[in-house]
Amino acid sequence: MSHDFAPLPDLPPPAASVGAIGWLRRNLFSNAINSLLTLFAIYLLATLLPPLINWLFVKADWIGDSRDACTSGGACWVFVSARFSTFMYGFFPESETWRINLIYIALIACMVPLFIEGFRHKVKLGLFVIFIFPIFGFILLFGGVFGLEQTETSQWGGLTLTLLLASVGCVAALPLGIILALGRQATNMPAVKSMCVLFIEFWRGVPLITVLFMSSVMLPLFLPEGVSFDKLLRALIGITLFQSAYIAEVVRGGLQAIPKGQYEAADALGLSYWKKMGLIILPQALKIVIPGIVNTFIALFKDTTLVIIVGLLDVLGMVQNALNDPNWLGYSTEGYVFTAFVFWIFCFTMSRYSQSLERKLHTGHKR
Amino acid sequence: MTAAVPKSTADNEVMIELRGVNKWYDKFHVLKDINLQVAKGERIVVCGPSGSGKSTMIRCINRLEEHQKGQIIVDGTELTSDLRQIEQIRKEVGMVFQHFNLFPHLTVLENLVLAPMWVRKMPRKEAEAIGMQYLERVKIPDQAKKYPGQLSGGQQQRVAIARSLCMNPRIMLFDEPTSALDPEMIKEVLDVMIELAESGMTMMCVTHEMGFAKTVADKVIFMDRGQIVESNPPEEFFNNPQNERTQLFLSQIIGH
Repeated sequence: MSHDFAPLPDLPPPAASVGAIGWLRRNLFSNAINSLLTLFAIYLLATLLPPLINWLFVKADWIGDSRDACTSGGACWVFVSARFSTFMYGFFPESETWRINLIYIALIACMVPLFIEGFRHKVKLGLFVIFIFPIFGFILLFGGVFGLEQTETSQWGGLTLTLLLASVGCVAALPLGIILALGRQATNMPAVKSMCVLFIEFWRGVPLITVLFMSSVMLPLFLPEGVSFDKLLRALIGITLFQSAYIAEVVRGGLQAIPKGQYEAADALGLSYWKKMGLIILPQALKIVIPGIVNTFIALFKDTTLVIIVGLLDVLGMVQNALNDPNWLGYSTEGYVFTAFVFWIFCFTMSRYSQSLERKLHTGHKR
Repeated sequence: MTAAVPKSTADNEVMIELRGVNKWYDKFHVLKDINLQVAKGERIVVCGPSGSGKSTMIRCINRLEEHQKGQIIVDGTELTSDLRQIEQIRKEVGMVFQHFNLFPHLTVLENLVLAPMWVRKMPRKEAEAIGMQYLERVKIPDQAKKYPGQLSGGQQQRVAIARSLCMNPRIMLFDEPTSALDPEMIKEVLDVMIELAESGMTMMCVTHEMGFAKTVADKVIFMDRGQIVESNPPEEFFNNPQNERTQLFLSQIIGH
């Protein structure tokens, strides 16, 4: 007198919906318009790609040390290779460039363990990279101690300067941005809240180029005579404050996405405000806004090229500088393609890293 | 739920006292002159239609909501805007929410040890031992390393109860702990709550589980429109409701 429930067996899906043909049908030829667009895209690629590849690689000149080597009509990469060291190091004394290389090597050596699964001291190493490493880097760059020749910040340039501006901008702006975001949320402290709102809205309202211009041209007018800041330092402070306002808004978005219940549960357990934020709310909120934060970092990385307006020559600045060299007139396409490629490499890496980070931290909705 | 849990041996020590408590949301008067005493070891069930202020009332007891008039005294300490006193009271008062509110970025065990470690400053080893002990008590020690999102609703709610108990509270508040659960899971949570009641915990529970009320409650409170309409032991409350409003409510929830 028992009716046992027996589920039906699983059947394989219809053949036309799986495999390569199924994929093509679903994605490229699902209907008439889609098929037309697919054919048009194939036509475009077929006409554009071959000449591009031809110019970039096949007919390009790679070896040589002057423009005489560029005869084959393709891209003249000799221009880039001949000027490569200025693109990388700016006007840094040639005998001292090992110091910059050492910074890069040390940084990579510190970063690698951070990506190794199961490395125990990630937090300690991360703190070291953020707090101690910059001191080490600054000493190496600036010199003047331990028998290192002192350099001027005006000699710093090229990709080194780009990376310096971007990394300092990001590392310093993130904590400041988080504090600002928390301040803006603090409804029970109206004075703090309105100060944060004022700060954020001011810096978001002005273009970065004005900030840089003000920091370099206007600020010295307000400072008492004899007091002067380094130009690079002024640019760095400007970029950091500017960036922190953007980060603050991104983080605020994350804070608002955390359900009220999380705040209440933390409160009910007796956690103080900072413990609640540091242990419960921020870890979740920051995880949500990783794409947004990386997005602003990428934007900042590219915006660093604006420092050219105050006479700091980053990698783009150095390329433009080289283009004015009478020996290399007329190779601007190569210069800009190279610059674009350098920026793309860094931005793409950041984007991929953020995606892997998202996947790794994805625990919340695992079902 | 057959045999009723033996009545608590409530002594005269008052754990929670509300004196003339009033609260408004803007102009809306949510709590109207609430007076209530809960003795040590006493188990109170609060019921009433939605919007009657029952959740608001128990959320005032650990200051998730602020009352504007009257006095709330918990375990001898009056709740004021003094942050230190609020944190002190929250340490002693555990709360279980309708939607569990587990921390999704932490594993079950990490959820449990967080407050003991950071609020009570307990060493991790000790906190984890206590955490495992409570997980066993709610019968899911094998889920310790999982994330909350991997558990069923009933399991999550049991973890939430264990998380509160890890702080070794003197009072437990339940805010509709079974309302968000599938019918199949309600029992596993209620069983844990009944066991907790048997251990002599002072409990206040907002719930519509009338079976639970009959089994464990020392007193059932009925609220409507921000007021306590009726407050009686369960036999009296269910068999002989005094107020017309209570009779209507009971006929509606027991009728089907």
